[in-house]
Amino acid sequence: MAEFTKLIHKYLRHDKKFPHVWCPGCGNGIFLGALIRAIDRTGFEKDQIVIVSGIGCSGRISVYVDFNTLHTTHGRALTFATGIKLANPKLQVIVIMGDGDATAIGGNHFIHAARRNLNITAIVVNNSIYGMTGGQYSPTTPYGATATTALYGNIEHAFSIAELAAMAGASMVARGTVYHANLLDELIEKAIVKRGFAVVEVISHCHTQYGRRNRMGGAVDMLRWQKESAVKIDKAQTMTAEELTGKFTIGVLEDRDLPVYTHEYNKIRDAAKAMLAKAG
Amino acid sequence: MITAKSRGRQLLLQGNEAIVEGALAAGCRFFAGYPITPATEISEVMSYRLPAAGGTFIQMEDEIASLGAVIGASLAGTKAMTATSGPGFSLMQENLGFACVAEVPCVIVDVMRGGPSTGLPTNVSQGDVMQARWGTHGDHPIIVMAVSTTQDCFDITVKAFNFSEKYRTPVIILSDEVVAHTREKIFLPHPGEIEVLDRIRPNTPPEWYIPYEDNPRGVPPMGIFGDGYRYHVTGLLHDVRGFPTQRPDEIIPFMSRLFRKVNQHFYDIQVVEEESTEDAEVIVIAYGSVSRSARRAIREARKRGTKAGLVQLMTLWPFPRQILEPLLRRVRAVLVPELNMGQVSREVKRINQGATRIETLNRIDGNLITPNEILVRLVKL
Ligand SMILES: Cc1ncc(C[n+]2csc(CCOP(=O)(O)OP(=O)(O)O)c2C)c(N)n1
Ligand code: SF4
Repeated sequence: MAEFTKLIHKYLRHDKKFPHVWCPGCGNGIFLGALIRAIDRTGFEKDQIVIVSGIGCSGRISVYVDFNTLHTTHGRALTFATGIKLANPKLQVIVIMGDGDATAIGGNHFIHAARRNLNITAIVVNNSIYGMTGGQYSPTTPYGATATTALYGNIEHAFSIAELAAMAGASMVARGTVYHANLLDELIEKAIVKRGFAVVEVISHCHTQYGRRNRMGGAVDMLRWQKESAVKIDKAQTMTAEELTGKFTIGVLEDRDLPVYTHEYNKIRDAAKAMLAKAG
Repeated sequence: MITAKSRGRQLLLQGNEAIVEGALAAGCRFFAGYPITPATEISEVMSYRLPAAGGTFIQMEDEIASLGAVIGASLAGTKAMTATSGPGFSLMQENLGFACVAEVPCVIVDVMRGGPSTGLPTNVSQGDVMQARWGTHGDHPIIVMAVSTTQDCFDITVKAFNFSEKYRTPVIILSDEVVAHTREKIFLPHPGEIEVLDRIRPNTPPEWYIPYEDNPRGVPPMGIFGDGYRYHVTGLLHDVRGFPTQRPDEIIPFMSRLFRKVNQHFYDIQVVEEESTEDAEVIVIAYGSVSRSARRAIREARKRGTKAGLVQLMTLWPFPRQILEPLLRRVRAVLVPELNMGQVSREVKRINQGATRIETLNRIDGNLITPNEILVRLVKL
């Protein structure tokens, strides 16, 4: 059996009524592959892993994988994940969100989760659009692009999700693309084993809702665009701002050791117990 | 209920503090909240009591996040609670529906203040009775309890946790500004004398576990994240395995079970306290802080020769119609005083079906209805 077929047998649910909901050629499928390869490499048991997802095309991943899975409400995945991690810090909690999910309706939760620094892995599949609801502009839709709610061109400016996460205080931040699948495996694996809040922004494509409308072609053309626009972070450091216009960086953008929330909270428990004992 | 005999420690507490004591006694070890008057003391007391008890307190970025975290903690096997007031309760409605559909035990305290909107932050009200029933979208069953004294705050909070665990459903406790901040005597029972229920966990081998399979109780055993029963939890309507479905032959049994599990246990869930109803010709139906005034009023009315009785509702939803119907057929008239424009009285009228005369007494100016106001109406009924 091919290596990946083994992983499919091990990690995808057999009792789930496939087919999945995604369009043929969607980046979510490639991301799903990267996710299970990365999890396999970390060596965690399936029972130890909790996949928490938001609402959107990417959020549907939780249905297909054989872990403890939780499909939450739109934008709130990180809040549920916070409760899970605090109640049982031994669980490896991986949160999967769309760009709208994580940075529009869930934007506040996203920055606060980064600031709190629980040991959680947060993955944002950024396809620059609201896929599931049919192509409305999202906080990552580029200026000037068209969407079903921006027929005359989008006049808002896009968030840069990875940079936002770093500014908000995440311990680790990485960006990858579904085109650079090997790198994506590595980045997700790193983020899972990282102690602290680790964010991976996954640049993906929604050819159905975004590509078509913005004359970017089909899935293959959009993958080619990812290949041509992504610059590895170490190479980017040698390039001028001019050379970098229209490009984005990929790789580990931030990696630092910060106090982890559950660890800090244990100190609070000790202090509270000591105070109580003193009070008799 | 805890009887006077079994009562242990005597303390002087305010309602908000007593809710914390009740929660801790019931086994609550997780609290997530966002500050709001008049519920804030619940967060404050939880923040120093929980860590000492080995539990976790967290102040979230808003009430949406608070209930999200509570649901997450419960799915990971910890009894969890949040507390808020009207504006925050409105923000919780979406995740409340999630907890109903995913059948996640949790307790939500709403200390009611004057509304709508930011309203009267420091004044009493009972304006959220219908929000507690119908605030989240879609058809759903819900259990809602009301508290009127500090002692209630303790006893009913324990009961709320027990119901939520037993029936795998969110339970809402409606308190109000007066109950929350009134400092009065309370008896805390010895821990061993408190009935504490825990959710039923699966005991089949994991590969045989069907997470949402029906049984006579209508409440499937609940797997906990990490204990080997890997399954899917979702707010989408789902089949017995937890997977999203749009098939009527799967949706109908699921939704029916959701309602059945609450409705068929009404005799357990519907808690009321009656005073002098046996020979009553007129009765007052009241709940929360207003029932304190009502109690005084019916005692006074009796002294003046009016055969008055009180039915205090501890359970507001599912509405205790099975208990009230026989009473409505027996009495000459009913008075329903409440701090809103008539939310429970509407329900009383609905079940009354013309059996007796229903009168209302409403106040929405941020002040409590006094015993005298009730008395004046009672003697004229
Ligand atoms: C509270 C709420 N508002 C709106 C929706 C409708 N809705 C479902 S998915 C979605 C957008 C998803 O976009 P994104 O997060 O970018 O994920 P994608 O589908 O592109 O993967 C919206 C607005 C909802 N489910 N809940
Ligand atoms: S709509 Fe877009 S994001 Fe959703 S499945 Fe289709 S291609 Fe993927």
